Amino acid sequence: MSTLNFLVRRIIYSVFVLLGLSIVIFVIARIMPGDPARMAVGARAPQWVVDRIREQMHLNEPLPVQYGYWLRDALRGDFGLSLVTQRPVTSDIREFFPASLELVLFSGFLSAVGGIGLGVLSARYKDTWIDNIVRLFSYAGVVTPSYIFAILFVLLLGWALKWFPIIGRLSEEVTAPPVVTGLITLDALLAGQFGTFLDALRHIVLPALSLAMGAIAQEARITRSSMADNLSKDYIASARALGIPERIVMGRFLLKPSLIPTVSILGLDIAATFSVAFLVELIFNWPGLARYGMQSMMHKDLNAISAVILILGAIFVTVNIVVDIIVAWLDPRIRLSAARSA
Amino acid sequence: MAEQAAIRHELAANLTVQQIKQLERRSRRESLGRAWYKFSRNPLSIVGVATVALVVLLAIFAPWVTPYPKHAGAFTDFAHAKIPPSLEHPFGTDQIGRDVLTRIIFGLRSSLLMGVVVLALVVPPGVLLGLLAGYYQGTWIDTVIMRVTDIFLSVPPLILALAVASVLKPNLWNGMMAVSLMWWPWYTRLVYGLGVALRNEYFVSAAEVTGASTAHIIFREILPNTISPILTKMSLDVAWVIIIGSMLSFVGLGVQPPEPSLGTMVADGSRYLPDQWWIAVFPALAIVVVVLGFNLLGDGVRDMFAAEEI
Repeated sequence: MSTLNFLVRRIIYSVFVLLGLSIVIFVIARIMPGDPARMAVGARAPQWVVDRIREQMHLNEPLPVQYGYWLRDALRGDFGLSLVTQRPVTSDIREFFPASLELVLFSGFLSAVGGIGLGVLSARYKDTWIDNIVRLFSYAGVVTPSYIFAILFVLLLGWALKWFPIIGRLSEEVTAPPVVTGLITLDALLAGQFGTFLDALRHIVLPALSLAMGAIAQEARITRSSMADNLSKDYIASARALGIPERIVMGRFLLKPSLIPTVSILGLDIAATFSVAFLVELIFNWPGLARYGMQSMMHKDLNAISAVILILGAIFVTVNIVVDIIVAWLDPRIRLSAARSA
Repeated sequence: MAEQAAIRHELAANLTVQQIKQLERRSRRESLGRAWYKFSRNPLSIVGVATVALVVLLAIFAPWVTPYPKHAGAFTDFAHAKIPPSLEHPFGTDQIGRDVLTRIIFGLRSSLLMGVVVLALVVPPGVLLGLLAGYYQGTWIDTVIMRVTDIFLSVPPLILALAVASVLKPNLWNGMMAVSLMWWPWYTRLVYGLGVALRNEYFVSAAEVTGASTAHIIFREILPNTISPILTKMSLDVAWVIIIGSMLSFVGLGVQPPEPSLGTMVADGSRYLPDQWWIAVFPALAIVVVVLGFNLLGDGVRDMFAAEEI
């Protein structure tokens, strides 16, 4: 009950944070020079059309009232028309979001498996050459921006070795599976098109890996240092003294508490991946939300920019809550203190 | 311990003010020497310092150390475009015949400027807000400052920076403004956490009961104790700011051509991949080297302060 209480308060607080974010976005959208009504109808429309649009867009009202209208529409899922695609922003987002989600999920999966795997390996073989190689790799991963990884991968794995395709989500000769979830790999499996699944998988490897490299490196570092810290604690020594097999000591007693910092950072990294995807999707011509957001930024398409940022904010906040839940599950102390304070 | 303190106290009682000041100066010099010793014990920190020093010197003296200083601007020489790396052009030439090495060295200037200016803009207000919120913990001042901070921290800084930069006129200064606008909350949250903890320390209560002013407590009692975490964060942040700056110019929202910038060079060069790989790869490596240098330096600073606190 009290954990539930904690969660409800956390969610209510997040709603307020998102409301605040919407104000920030609204202000950013309004500091832009130029008349939104004029931009909506184009430079050659007569003045009376602009005036009518101004009236329709409530641009003659004071700013707080404008914000009220904007928020009401946003809550209904109506972000207005996109200037670039001339379609409702909401339907644009519905079209582009799954591609980004698929990319971020794959990259999150790679970060979790690669980061924790390398971290455990590094901690298990601490101060040997394996550890040194992993640490060197982690350092390189942390200091290299993802778009540089993307370019290097395109060059080495895509062009020189020709292991993976470097453009888009599917090869041209492959027909896309019927859209169910929008995630092509999943849709292909649902439709039973195994060849399509493999093709989509091959397309997603390089962009997902470019996005994941930084997170893998960071997760490996955190897992290693957290395991190394816990390794010197008394309970590990006593478990070993009791003759519990090393495999169980490592796997059950050491790994679980050591993963707590990794999980919190991993969650934030995955959510932040949506923003880094802005550059990587551009490089791989991946038809996702980030590329859409980038294009709308280039064209000063305010409706689309506001919607994309608000959605990314919502994702970030949600992931944060999920991370809190997972961490509470991993660490009974947090559960208990939350219960006590509630 | 108590005995030592008593002896020191007795000593101090017999010393003149000048002598005490002299002793204080000496101890400060000694702790500086100790910090440098701790810093320099890790060879990687030295590599970091050397890299950063080299990068800074190259950037400052760019017009004199580059082989073709004219190529830093709107220079075109199509006869010598896309030449692969050679003795004359160690990193090759770009799509309109400019020396890539020259442009990289000039490009370091905007990257470094970005790092320095953004931190200079961000740290004072961020720290001040954190101090205020921490000192007035539990009051409406705390609530307002920290809730606004939470809002800014609810989105990855890159997205908001991109959005702000896209709304403004694209150039280096507006890029810096955009990044700065998104960066202060990290300092506010850092200092807030420290400030709340320090607020309950005895020396703060002691200052309070002797009637010290609020300003004295905030700036003379609390602030000095937050300096080392702030410096550590700053030294690690330079690298992040440089990365974000290069991302802004990569998408065309930072430094505008013909002014050279590493991010723009990678973006332009990536169109000539894979055949003219050198146009993009060398600027990309330059970014990695600069960021690595600042990171190693930052790690050294962190270890230096961490060891001091034990």
